[in-house]
Amino acid sequence: MTPSSSARILRTLSRKNAFYFFTSVGNYTGQRAMSLEEFANKIREVKIASLEFHLYRGDFEKWTDEVLEDNILTERISAVKLLEPVGNTLRDQLYFTVSKRLEELKSTE
Amino acid sequence: MKLKNQEVSLDTLDWQILQAIQKNSKQTYSEVGRQLGVAHSTVYDRIRKMEKNGVIKKWTVDIDLEKIGINYITARMTVYTDPKESENVANKLSEAKEVLEVSMSLSEELLIIAKVLARNQDELHSFIAKKVAPLQGVLRIRTSIVTKKIKEERFLIEKK
Repeated sequence: MTPSSSARILRTLSRKNAFYFFTSVGNYTGQRAMSLEEFANKIREVKIASLEFHLYRGDFEKWTDEVLEDNILTERISAVKLLEPVGNTLRDQLYFTVSKRLEELKSTE
Repeated sequence: MKLKNQEVSLDTLDWQILQAIQKNSKQTYSEVGRQLGVAHSTVYDRIRKMEKNGVIKKWTVDIDLEKIGINYITARMTVYTDPKESENVANKLSEAKEVLEVSMSLSEELLIIAKVLARNQDELHSFIAKKVAPLQGVLRIRTSIVTKKIKEERFLIEKK
């Protein structure tokens, strides 16, 4: 991981590329993340229903892959999904996964 | 010449013509004239006048999409907005082809209510997530998918 690729993943995104948290089809919570760091923080704040909705639709992986272009985080989120966590376990595992990756990226920036 | 946004006064015959063409806009001027006991040229003149002054906004057709194999879902989307941005959000929504109607409402908060059409739930969600949620001033969105339509009728004006 080069400093420039870490910086790219950690960049602040445009509104268009932000992650928008929904609880079900068409129901937007008003919470959004415009960077990976903000995404990690929002995982602790948003309703669990929102985390479950997006994890099992594959929205998190799609965003980390297509927008952040972080293959490593995408694979790790896929691994979390395979464990089929729900409730607070889901929140904890997802937060641990994303915040750990955030630390790695910050250390190589 | 009256401006389009000014109220236009109609006489009894105008109202009768409107009522007749609302029921069936495909009928000829002669057919309408026969029903109302006036010449087809009178009907033509009155309709032209009502088109010019904006009383008749457009001529359209009501297509049964399911009959031609187009399956779609309808949703009522309520968008809660920052009051400073609501006009802009409403205008942007009006430009989207997926949106059929846009209205504004003031209850406890300023709301924008829109009727949205999509081929399926994924397409509906994608539209709202990619095109509506990112609009400046959107605070949150509530969406209800219509599962059964009980009645759908356009307002038919009463004869005065």
